[in-house]
Amino acid sequence: MMWELIQANQRKSVLLLVLLGLVLAGLGCVIGLAWLGPEGAVYGLGAAALIWVVLTSLGFLAGDQILLSSSAAEEVSKELYPQLFNVVEEMKIASNLAHMPRVYVMDDPGMNAFATGIKPERCAVAVTAGLVSRLNRDELQGVIAHEMSHITNRDVYYMTLAGIVLGSIRLLSHVFLRGMWFGGGSRRRYRTAGRAGVGGQAQVVILAAALVFAILGPILAQIFYFSLSRKREYLADACAVRLTRYPEGLASALEKISQDGSFSSVLNPITSPMYIFEPRAASSLTHTHPPILDRIRILRAIAQGAGFASYQKAYASFYRGRDSSLLPPSAFSQKAEVPLRAPSPASEEPRGRKAQARDLMDVMRSINDFAFLVCACGMKIKIPPRFNHSTITCPKCSRVLDVPLTQLAAAAAILAGRGVSAGKKAPSGARGDEAPQIHRRRGTGWESFACRCGQTLTLSPAFIAPQMICRRCGRLVRIESYVAA
Amino acid sequence: MMILWIVLGAAVLAVLMFIGIFNSLVALRNQTQNAWSQIDVQLKRRYDLIPNLLEAVKGYMGHERATLENVTRARSQAMSAQSVGEKSRAEGALTDSVNKFFLVVENYPELKANQNFMALQEELRSTENKIAFARQSYNDQILFYNNKLQMFPSNVVAGCFQFKQGEYFQMDDAAHRAAPQVKF
Repeated sequence: MMWELIQANQRKSVLLLVLLGLVLAGLGCVIGLAWLGPEGAVYGLGAAALIWVVLTSLGFLAGDQILLSSSAAEEVSKELYPQLFNVVEEMKIASNLAHMPRVYVMDDPGMNAFATGIKPERCAVAVTAGLVSRLNRDELQGVIAHEMSHITNRDVYYMTLAGIVLGSIRLLSHVFLRGMWFGGGSRRRYRTAGRAGVGGQAQVVILAAALVFAILGPILAQIFYFSLSRKREYLADACAVRLTRYPEGLASALEKISQDGSFSSVLNPITSPMYIFEPRAASSLTHTHPPILDRIRILRAIAQGAGFASYQKAYASFYRGRDSSLLPPSAFSQKAEVPLRAPSPASEEPRGRKAQARDLMDVMRSINDFAFLVCACGMKIKIPPRFNHSTITCPKCSRVLDVPLTQLAAAAAILAGRGVSAGKKAPSGARGDEAPQIHRRRGTGWESFACRCGQTLTLSPAFIAPQMICRRCGRLVRIESYVAA
Repeated sequence: MMILWIVLGAAVLAVLMFIGIFNSLVALRNQTQNAWSQIDVQLKRRYDLIPNLLEAVKGYMGHERATLENVTRARSQAMSAQSVGEKSRAEGALTDSVNKFFLVVENYPELKANQNFMALQEELRSTENKIAFARQSYNDQILFYNNKLQMFPSNVVAGCFQFKQGEYFQMDDAAHRAAPQVKF
């Protein structure tokens, strides 16, 4: 049930906040000690607390407004975006949220979305214009459901709080390191001169510890922060599936987003856990989001049922043992499995500009004697006229396919209305001066004959072309069809 | 004396727990009622939308009279249904007839290009979705509420104040779920 998930989430979040708070407090103490001596711990702690209080109150009062305006999002009405509005309302009903979230659209051709709002009563969903225009209804529903789950799971709340602590840690360590760089040396000399012997040495040790802490603190905090936010993404995916009863919607939306070239420009590391997808992140430790392809694969692996149990099953089968407990066991206490639904009838894809362009290119290719081979996986392989290998590997599924070279050559010849020069097709065996070999068919069934080079060539009952090319030497052999006596 | 205090403390604790459980049960019951009213809102919205939509398509698909009449009839039946069972059956039938109507619309490209119709269609489709989602959310709430009523210790409190089990809202769609029969 939702409540248990939220509670489990809350426990983890509180743990995260405590950990981050300890890092912040420790950093404040150590810096205070290093700068002001033994009595400085309290002042350092006070300064850290002050930074935190200021940033937190800022976050609470205007956090969502800052986020929304910094990403150039504008609130829209139902008249402007009826479908987007309806989808948000559907998900609001499905998640039993008491208040309708405000809907924002970012003027950005990239594809992304985020949810914000410290309190569920003041929440908002923002999507890019590119997302609205390129996703169909089911896909949009999946994305909105994912964002709505962030709101109902209180992810937005906790990640904002944690983000603020993380920001404070960064700020503090930045100030300290700057201070060390410019004024640290003279201060230390002054301190060491003021005390004798042991006290001075202790001061040096503390200073070194403070340096290490100031460098490692932010990194440590970041790792805490990111590890938790990644699991939340999977959790929000699971909740989205449960809300929409249709995993394929979110899966294909994520696929489209991952294939999209135009990345949003509105991302920064602190706010990235709120987005549905995070395009730029270098190392896997500092990803706030799990790899998008993993998410798609898990969603597609859901065989039946939209409950948490089936998502957990898909998740566990994907991660095979390591770190495979995504959801608390209490989430599965529900009775029967929740059935999946069929795609909504409005979701048939209108053929996009990309597909049209592809069709046009195919026409151009067929004019230029390209041949097409359709693989079992659905991939249409284009074979250029000079191609002379007998097999080809499908670029999508890596099946090895036989290339019907002879038929291709013959078909091309007929299409172009001109003879195929053997040299063009197979440069190795060009014998332009030789009279072409002629084979007269003996019947209409299977038959084979020898080429001049000794290679046995086989004709199938379906062979209708007027000529074929020897696989070995590349000679052109004229085939005369069988005439019944 | 000590024992008296312990007993008193335990009694106070028990009373506090009792109050807490009672309040959470009331809150849950109100939530299920809220979820139920959500379904009601959307059902009403559907009743309002259907005549508009039919009016908009009349000019285009006059000879699809049977389909249109089917929708109208299903709507009036759903509106006049009284008992919960009757209601859910009638609503299921209405959903079914609306879906059939949308299938028929596929044959009218000029209708699909009409802005007014498209807006109405989006509204009706979304309302259908909202009904389904409201039902889903209501049933989830009922499940949680019923579990609470049956599980210890909340079942004791529920027994004292006669909380009743909630009823699931099931559209009668067993007929649609059954595989189509093939006759030779």
